[in-house]
Amino acid sequence: MTGFLVRRLLQAVAVIIGVIAFMFILIHLIPGGEARAVLGPRAQPLAIENFDKANGLNLPLWDQFIHYLWNLATFNLGRSYIFNQTVNSLIGTALPKTLVLVGISTVFAAVIAIPLGVYQVVRRNKPEDYIITGFTFVLYAMPAFLLGTLLILWFAIEIPIFPTEAPQSQSIWGILADPRALVLPVITLSAITIASFSRYMRSSMMETMTEDFIRTARAKGAAPRRVLYIHGLRNAIIPIITLLGLSVGTIVSGAVITESVFNYPGMGLLAVNSAFREDIPTLLGVTFVVTIATIIGNLLADILYAVVDPRIRYAKS
Amino acid sequence: MQNPDDLLRARELELGEPVTPRVGSYALDEQDLLSAELTVDAVAGPSGGDVVSHGGMGRRILGVFVENKLAVVGVVLIVFFVLFCYVGPLVYHTNQTDAAAALNEPFNAPPGQGHPLGTDASGFDILGRLMYGGQVSLLVGFAAAAIASIFGALYGAISGFFGTWVDSFMMRVVDAFLSIPVLFLAIVLATVFRPSLTVFIFVIAFVSWLIPARLIRGEALSLRQREYVQAVRVMGGSRTRIVGRHIIPNSIGTIIVNATFNIADAILLLAALGFIGLGVPSPQTDWGSMLSNGVSYATDGYWWEIYPAGLCIVLVVVAFNFIGDALRDSLEVRLQTR
Repeated sequence: MTGFLVRRLLQAVAVIIGVIAFMFILIHLIPGGEARAVLGPRAQPLAIENFDKANGLNLPLWDQFIHYLWNLATFNLGRSYIFNQTVNSLIGTALPKTLVLVGISTVFAAVIAIPLGVYQVVRRNKPEDYIITGFTFVLYAMPAFLLGTLLILWFAIEIPIFPTEAPQSQSIWGILADPRALVLPVITLSAITIASFSRYMRSSMMETMTEDFIRTARAKGAAPRRVLYIHGLRNAIIPIITLLGLSVGTIVSGAVITESVFNYPGMGLLAVNSAFREDIPTLLGVTFVVTIATIIGNLLADILYAVVDPRIRYAKS
Repeated sequence: MQNPDDLLRARELELGEPVTPRVGSYALDEQDLLSAELTVDAVAGPSGGDVVSHGGMGRRILGVFVENKLAVVGVVLIVFFVLFCYVGPLVYHTNQTDAAAALNEPFNAPPGQGHPLGTDASGFDILGRLMYGGQVSLLVGFAAAAIASIFGALYGAISGFFGTWVDSFMMRVVDAFLSIPVLFLAIVLATVFRPSLTVFIFVIAFVSWLIPARLIRGEALSLRQREYVQAVRVMGGSRTRIVGRHIIPNSIGTIIVNATFNIADAILLLAALGFIGLGVPSPQTDWGSMLSNGVSYATDGYWWEIYPAGLCIVLVVVAFNFIGDALRDSLEVRLQTR
């Protein structure tokens, strides 16, 4: 277990360094370099030279990379010249809002999807099973931007039950103060997760119910309910942990769409807005933080998976 | 919808690894490659199954469309949209490129008189615009998926075949890119490179080659252990020959299936970028950008600027997923029983 932990951590660190190297290369691929990106396309040569000097951009590439690595390691993400703030402060206000949105949506998705999958196994190959299967496929096929748009059209404009956009508050409390505004974004963001989790839960549960230990439990006379929940569900739910970890990236990508549909002032909207204004430091800073979160999510899921399921022999592979 | 028994059968054949339901969206690719990686050892072992005769790949693919009705629906939809987008404009002439001339047309006109689906905010005819934008969506989808699949397959085959530190390094590179959430990666690339249509194809290919690379790498890991590959090696076959003549052709099922899903994902990704306003530059358009423009007028009830574009995206993406699902059932699973 310790060996697995160490190896997995080292792997995560290698991946993070890879991401940083990629971002570093990308900055240097920007036509005109970082100075041009920050100072705008019509910057004077002298201004560019001064900028380069001030920011160490005239040093050898290798020194620049070490410098860049150190800045990111200390979460010094630079300054947004467009918003005239540090990238840290921009992310500081946006990140909690995205965490709230993503957190609520993921919990909501799991709470809906897991019972749905189990119910499908109980009623397998009956009309209920097929109806839910059809329903989850529709959710799958619906891109988040379309679902969000339709929800706004139907439940915010045609029948005005919910607001069309999130509260435009600086603080996280402003977002939480109006739970009604969170309903449509949460549904939009959790739709795909519900679809994938319930499909996965269904097939995982289906497989678990064919295991020998289920037959043994039945043979010794355990009540059907007990077999289903204590023997079946507890084993079938383990792979969901991995799925959850792997879904972090997808959910975060979905958050970009959801946030732009509902004008929800989180990390996704910040990324989109900085992309519009070609605010490269902010865009890369947001991407970096989101990527680190995704890597940590995967890492936690892997570790949790190994902890929960003793059958997994990570050390051997 | 999909028969649950198929799912179960597929799972059994995948030797205990859960099969991932895979319809719509770029949701669960990671799971595919997870199972691809974990089953490597098991797949490599000899199995004393029944002797089953298979036709060629062409016949097997044809077989899919005979037995799977959803696949037929998928193909019909794709044929329809290709005709609609590429032949349609030859029959239904509209101005889609001259923004100045479009100003003479009514703006946001409802369906009727001369404009069967109305006009948009710039005066462009919506029906014609669907065809014109569809060309972009389909072209980017096909081209990006083709580039991504070919490059990814080569990359994965080389990585898996060489093994050792080459493999470790090449796969860490893939891991690093995979850990950046797809849409963020696409937004960053689209911002830094200010894409034209061609650059767009490469941006989307760049975020799409990672999954095929990991899948094919898993296949290559198991294939290089097979006797016939060992035999080629003993006989002095070059590495290029082994990768090009044995590893790639033997993983072609996986490559084709993944490429089909990749087209759907590429179209969806382009639509998503278009929707958030980072689509192809005007006056070019794509279905996502059209939807995005329509949404600006959501409160005005201009439904003809929202529903048609949305419907096109969903239908095309679903169609490719139907085809991909059917191909997977046929190619991947049966290849494994061999």
